[in-house]
Amino acid sequence: MLVKPYAAPHLTSRFWPVVMRNLLVWKKLAGPSVLGNIAEPLITLVAFGYGVGSLIGTVADMPYVQYLASGSVAASCALAATFEGLYSAYSRMAVQKTWDSILNAPVALDDIVFAEMLWAAIKALFSCTAILIVIFVLGISRAPSMLLALPVLGLAGVTFASLALVFNALAKGYDFFTYYFTLVITPMTFLSGVYFPIAQMPDWLQLVAQVLPLKAAVDLIRPLVLGRIPADPLLPLAILTAYACTGYYLALVLTRRRFFG
Amino acid sequence: MPEPLLRVSHLTKKYGDAVVVDDLSFAIAPGECLGVIGPNGAGKTTTIRICLGLTGADGGTVEAFGMAMPEHVREAKKRIGVVTQFDSLDPDFSCVENLRVYGSYFGLPRATIAERVPRLLDFAALQSKASARPGELSGGMKRRLSLGRALINDPDLLLLDEPTTGLDPQARHLMWERLQNLLQQGKAILLTTHFMDEAERLCDRLLVLDHGKKIAEGGPRELIAEHLESDVVEVYGDGAAAAGNHHGALAERVETSGETVFFYLREPKRLLDALASDHSIRYLHRPANLEDLFLKLTGRQIRDDS
Repeated sequence: MLVKPYAAPHLTSRFWPVVMRNLLVWKKLAGPSVLGNIAEPLITLVAFGYGVGSLIGTVADMPYVQYLASGSVAASCALAATFEGLYSAYSRMAVQKTWDSILNAPVALDDIVFAEMLWAAIKALFSCTAILIVIFVLGISRAPSMLLALPVLGLAGVTFASLALVFNALAKGYDFFTYYFTLVITPMTFLSGVYFPIAQMPDWLQLVAQVLPLKAAVDLIRPLVLGRIPADPLLPLAILTAYACTGYYLALVLTRRRFFG
Repeated sequence: MPEPLLRVSHLTKKYGDAVVVDDLSFAIAPGECLGVIGPNGAGKTTTIRICLGLTGADGGTVEAFGMAMPEHVREAKKRIGVVTQFDSLDPDFSCVENLRVYGSYFGLPRATIAERVPRLLDFAALQSKASARPGELSGGMKRRLSLGRALINDPDLLLLDEPTTGLDPQARHLMWERLQNLLQQGKAILLTTHFMDEAERLCDRLLVLDHGKKIAEGGPRELIAEHLESDVVEVYGDGAAAAGNHHGALAERVETSGETVFFYLREPKRLLDALASDHSIRYLHRPANLEDLFLKLTGRQIRDDS
């Protein structure tokens, strides 16, 4: 075979123009994108946070709006990176043939996959930053440690982008991604303590939740957004890193097989 | 012959049991235009993809600029320009951005790109469309933008896969003029095409492929002289089949395709005299061309294995 599918990633600085290409497209469409990034969490936090929050009162010893807002930051990160790594990357790879035209230049597939992963993480950071600004402006939290959440969100973005690119490499069409959203992302969101604590769940489900990457992201990001230091950061960091590395490698292997198989 | 830019030796590629490239060897010299013609499924695109390191070969070697491929594919691609069969322009970018962004993939300095982009727009006759997106361009404009994009790295060798398929005659003529211009600049071109007039007009040398095998190679005129009689008389109309039976002995070879009978011959006078008195038919006398050669070598049956 032309490229050994299981070889270690071979990266060069040529991945960077590919990231810049995606950024240039994003800048052209930035208006509606930024508006959506700000309006959506603003509406959700006001409606659910204050609306439902006034019925619930406190959750896990904090006002519900704080619980919801800090969880939403992590969930949005996962959603934004996933969406970019599935639908947008698939458009470029299979529909527009952007990857094919890049491969005719001196840029390798490994560079492209890395660039797509990095770009999806960057885009996720854009939308998380917008939510953090909404949280700051509404006064839900004004903790300086919110800034520390950004690198963690970057890592989570890399994790969910890598996992999405695994499914991108396997996809035969956009419809395939519905499975991933319905069977993976949506249940994971409810099992990760984004909207409500998982303590009410059956024990076995709580055990499952312990190894979910979004649960790990929430465990790190919620305290940082609300001005606390995560109690036990090493395990969730290790979980995110493990998913990121495994996901990225698997995505690379499967994409190589798709292109050169 | 000077050191070739591209040398393909005994290349073989199989998909399962199907052999799509079969012991293929050829070379392209600097400044040369090599045409690759063959029916759909003859292995033209696969050969180009192997040369670009996008598809692995099962046997044989490819050398570009004296470097073994695919090991040195990245170095080689810096000197190669590619136009694929289907446009892969960036739909979100204007013409200028398409050229500029593509230049960035080659790691070209900004100043170099800035200097080349207006020249390439000019070359592609797209000055007035600089800020238009591909969706606003005609088929011919898109193909010329693809060609301009393939020139952003000032390549020595161009690989063009059916660059004029789907274009109207005006757009094709403009494309030919541009390709001729590139050949005059000393660039080497590998061109695949289904248009025999295009191959005859542009190519110094032709490679005829069928089922992945090279079945003929040479200059267009030499190939025609080598394989065909000099003249062709085409006969159409109700009486064509009867004329074929009747006058067959006056030609060296007679072929029937649908309602048309082709007489291949070197001395056409006797046949033309005979046909002139037959008012039930129409006929055309012309020199043998590349299309005749192509059909003789690859047959007249439709290929559905594309």
